[in-house]
Amino acid sequence: QGKFTLLRDTRTDGSFLVHHFLSFYLRAGCKVCFVALLQSFSHYNIVAQKLGVSLTAARERGQLVFLEGLKSCLDLLFGEKEEQSGQPSPLQFMSESSSNLKALFDFVRTSLTPTGSDSWKGPVLLVDDLSVLLSLGATPVAVLDFIHYCRVAVCSQLKGNVVVLVHSNEDSEDEENELVVNSLCHHSDLILWVEGLATGFCKDVHGQIKIIRRVSLELTAEQDHVQIYQYKIQDKNVTFFARGLSAAVL
Amino acid sequence: LVFTEEDKYGLYSNLLFKCFLAEGVVCGHDLFVASAKDHPDNILKELPAPLLDDTHRNELGEEATAVKSEDFQDSMKIAWRYQNLPKMEASPTTSTKFGHYYDVSKTMSPELSQSIKWHSFYLPEELSSQPKMKTCNMNSAYARLLHSLQRIIYQEGFDGSDPQKKQKNILRIGIQSLGSMLWGDDICSSDTPEDIHSLTKFLYVLRGLLRKSLSACIITVPAHLIQNKAIMERVTNLSDTVVGLESFIGSERETNPLYKDYHGLVHVHQIPRLNSLICDVSDTKDLAFRLKRKLFTIE
Repeated sequence: QGKFTLLRDTRTDGSFLVHHFLSFYLRAGCKVCFVALLQSFSHYNIVAQKLGVSLTAARERGQLVFLEGLKSCLDLLFGEKEEQSGQPSPLQFMSESSSNLKALFDFVRTSLTPTGSDSWKGPVLLVDDLSVLLSLGATPVAVLDFIHYCRVAVCSQLKGNVVVLVHSNEDSEDEENELVVNSLCHHSDLILWVEGLATGFCKDVHGQIKIIRRVSLELTAEQDHVQIYQYKIQDKNVTFFARGLSAAVL
Repeated sequence: LVFTEEDKYGLYSNLLFKCFLAEGVVCGHDLFVASAKDHPDNILKELPAPLLDDTHRNELGEEATAVKSEDFQDSMKIAWRYQNLPKMEASPTTSTKFGHYYDVSKTMSPELSQSIKWHSFYLPEELSSQPKMKTCNMNSAYARLLHSLQRIIYQEGFDGSDPQKKQKNILRIGIQSLGSMLWGDDICSSDTPEDIHSLTKFLYVLRGLLRKSLSACIITVPAHLIQNKAIMERVTNLSDTVVGLESFIGSERETNPLYKDYHGLVHVHQIPRLNSLICDVSDTKDLAFRLKRKLFTIE
């Protein structure tokens, strides 16, 4: 509890981790606020069903608060009237000249603050993916501030967890993104770093995952624990195995 | 959202663009063509004619047999574990039919190209009207295009919002040379563009429109002119499919004997991973294209 997990992908697509955490926390009975910036609700729902969870049902019973970024953006640009409740759009920063992500943070905090009738176990904030905010005009500082506020609210105050996906490319020329990613790495409790194989595409091994437990943050003079596995993604499952021991080779 | 990086002179990406639209005509889809340079009317007049089934199947059949006769019988010494794998398929099997083929030496007949409903957005004409609209700090040309697109999607019922106008048809959208100076964007002409977010914001809104409607879109961009590589990384992230065309014209590859039968390379930078954990990666990764008298093929 109270942990910040960073999902990071390089040269490959780490979204399978997002699908995993989404169904994992829902099945555990947590209240989840999912800021889904790049894909539609139905995309996640179809995959979640293969993993045994219905997002529609979770949303209806109030366990899942789903922010569909693409839809919010359309409402912002093409919507004719202001929101009835007078609340600004979570993506308000897109139409303002100051890239202040406060509206997005308020949305997250309101979604996860428990109401009297809630009986869910710990709140969870899930973000897919943070790098998109930079493409929409937010400055790196604004993005880092947003994450910081979320950590304070969700991890410290509400004793919940935060899981965020970012993209990073090696030799990337996107300095703003690299800045955000490096900064987040320093402050994460756990980093799951998914990378495509350096040798190129392989049918049986889709990539490698580095699991970094930031034990060094606990100031006990211990180094971070790093474990490396390779994985293969299947239709309803992902299998992990030690390097070089893919089933295709044995 | 298919994002295509144009080849240096735009010759082949233009061809691909027209084939996409031609396929829409043959399938009976609605079209939406947006351009800042060539008038959409002219683009539609120059679509390639569909190939009649019989003649084409014969041509393809000839090619397939030609390839099979060049069997490589040498045994492998180092990569011996690959010896028993099936040989790569050089051409699509004629039994599986997906889409149509086009004769690029002929233009589509006006009866056919006018048989479908099409909408156009020609920037020079649109700039003269001055409606007030929200732009989200985006380049005004992009904002206008988005509003125009959204209006068509809504009015024609492609987003299913009006139960009476329930559309069962698909809207095929083609946007040509986005990001070029003609669209009022300086990312192709400047090292430090004034507004690096316009294109990515545009793509994000476009993605939203596509996701909530029955539509598919191809965009071509003169990516070789974009100096700021960070933009290309972000654009890739925002697109479903990213394909780059590299022509050999004027490059040292033109004289490379390996490429003597081809006119350029096709780089598939990204394929979609939608509604599933897995994505459909093909076994062939090195693709090249060539333009023969009639056919534009990718092998």
